[in-house]
Amino acid sequence: MIIVYVDHDRGEIDPLSFQVVSAARTLDDDVQAVVVGPNAEKCADELGNFGVRTVHHGTHDRIADYTPLASARAVLDVMDRLTPRAVFAAGTPRGSEVLAHIAAIRDLPLVTECSAIELTGPDTAEVTRARWGGNLLERSKVSAQVLLATIQAHAFAATEDPGAAQIEAFDVPVTDADLVVGIVDRTGAQASGVGLAEAKVVVSGGRGMDGPEAFAMLEELADILGGAVGCSRVVTSAGWRPHAEQVGQTGTKVAPELYLAFGISGATQHIAGCKSAKTLIAVNTDAQAPIMTHADYAVVDNLHTLLPALIEKARAAKGA
Amino acid sequence: MEICVCIKRYPSLGSAIVLTEDGMAIDTDKLGFTLSPHEECAVEAAVQLKEEHGGTVTLVTLGPEGVEEQIREQFAIGADRAIWVRSETTDVDPQAAAAALGDAIEADGTAFDLILLGSESADNANAQTGVRLAHRLGRPVATAVKGMTIADGTATVERAVGTMREVYTVPLPAVVTVKDGLNIPRYPSVPGRIKARKKPIEEVAGNLADPRIELIGLTVPVRESKGAQDLGAGDEAADALVDVMKQIGVLS
Ligand SMILES: Cc1cc2nc3c(=O)[nH]c(=O)nc-3n(C[C@H](O)[C@H](O)[C@H](O)COP(=O)(O)OP(=O)(O)OC[C@H]3O[C@@H](n4cnc5c(N)ncnc54)[C@H](O)[C@@H]3O)c2cc1C
Ligand SMILES: Nc1ncnc2c1ncn2[C@@H]1O[C@H](COP(=O)(O)O)[C@@H](O)[C@H]1O
Repeated sequence: MIIVYVDHDRGEIDPLSFQVVSAARTLDDDVQAVVVGPNAEKCADELGNFGVRTVHHGTHDRIADYTPLASARAVLDVMDRLTPRAVFAAGTPRGSEVLAHIAAIRDLPLVTECSAIELTGPDTAEVTRARWGGNLLERSKVSAQVLLATIQAHAFAATEDPGAAQIEAFDVPVTDADLVVGIVDRTGAQASGVGLAEAKVVVSGGRGMDGPEAFAMLEELADILGGAVGCSRVVTSAGWRPHAEQVGQTGTKVAPELYLAFGISGATQHIAGCKSAKTLIAVNTDAQAPIMTHADYAVVDNLHTLLPALIEKARAAKGA
Repeated sequence: MEICVCIKRYPSLGSAIVLTEDGMAIDTDKLGFTLSPHEECAVEAAVQLKEEHGGTVTLVTLGPEGVEEQIREQFAIGADRAIWVRSETTDVDPQAAAAALGDAIEADGTAFDLILLGSESADNANAQTGVRLAHRLGRPVATAVKGMTIADGTATVERAVGTMREVYTVPLPAVVTVKDGLNIPRYPSVPGRIKARKKPIEEVAGNLADPRIELIGLTVPVRESKGAQDLGAGDEAADALVDVMKQIGVLS
């Protein structure tokens, strides 16, 4: 049996959890979910659709919103009762920290960013996991009676297996110390970050932009194409653009139809964020820049002279 | 305020990863080394807090010979002292690494108000060292934060989730793991670099438990060059780009 900790926000399941449930079902027919907090019972129907037949719903009158350590206590309580072979979660901020708490409390190993898992024995497993933002794959053997793992986003498809999930409600055994850190408030984001991760077109600039001014042209082009502006880390660390626009291993990962890279060299950590783009166009004065090996189309030219012409022609084509 | 920051030395990868012949490590012979943006932001946050509240910033790092380079770099932006836990490699089982860092912090004895780490290491992304360290030291922890203010013995931290920000409060002493974007790390000044030479690094032996995660091997995923089609330059290229954008349906 495998337990999946399901990451949800006030009843809204993070869709990556469906991929995690599906990954677990490739290893074991009996996949049970743990959801914690008020509103979480709403999750049962959706989880039933993805082959979960039992949803353990943990509550406590002192758990009003997401509380990391209380969530870990809930999973631990179910683990103690059902002795699963493995516990999985999505590699979201919540999934990652809840599993890390469980690992720390039980002194168990935890493997993260897994794209393949094989249970090779009663207390051994072999996993493939992503390092360096997916630029390197690690194959490892893990020794533990309960395998704790987070699953890499999009490594497994969410596969449906419709049916009804039964809800098993239980009281989460929490102490004061478990409730010390939890959500106290939510605020809106800066408008600049909105949409980058989902944008169909990303118009991105790097050091070759030579300063914040030229980004006005990228905004204009993004506007014509209905896309979002992105940038490299050189740009955010120089303060030319806000961090919410950074694409890469330590920024946002994007998967647009079209990624336009202006004056970006193509360091592995930048590619980690844009390698899922369907089409990549690179504009760079250096024909040997590493970005060219990732590009479908290349323009070897000065972006500062190319951009005004491109904007004019794209606007004309749109009007036509 | 007494602040501790855990930093790790990473190879500067550039545009391609080359493995050693046995496929068990990255070939770093021709590479330089660096910190991760997450940890650079952690050090910057620590130095800003010191400037505001006074106190000292202590760096702790687990790794082999060479890590002094990254320590001095962070001394130059304002960290005061360092504890170097010596080990044969930085590529350590995360459970063992967190325990060794915890040992070193405990043995040092400084009553740290705040211990900062990156939310995940750039090479391994284990995303667990901070939480393990917090449990080991019996402290509360908040993870993956992109905003932090300290007042009246409490850290108020923000985590970016989609287009929203979740706010958490954490009473000090605490452990907080941070993400790139928390701040803009400063560049070292010349006087900073000169002072950095004299700041103390205390070396301690790392006592690493047997790994529970054993490496079988590494592979670099093959990404065939897409053989980019050259669209020329100037007006000709601008026309060709418009055609491509129409073709793939992003311009109509
Ligand atoms: C752990 C770690 C994580 C990182 N995470 C990220 C991340 O999330 N995102 C990220 O982007 N980086 C990240 N980096 C930094 C990364 O390694 C590179 O330093 C960065 O991506 C380089 O940015 P760039 O391409 O804009 O600059 P450069 O590498 O300096 O490239 C500039 C390019 O512009 C071209 N150019 C110059 N002038 C012109 C012109 N007039 N017209 C056209 N082209 C021109 C040049 O030929 C060159 O190719 C990370 C680094 C580390 C160590
Ligand atoms: N060898 C190490 N030395 C010092 N700090 C480390 C080391 N390994 C991990 N850390 C810290 O823990 C954070 C998270 O690492 P990880 O749990 O491996 O993803 C890193 O960003 C560092 O701040």
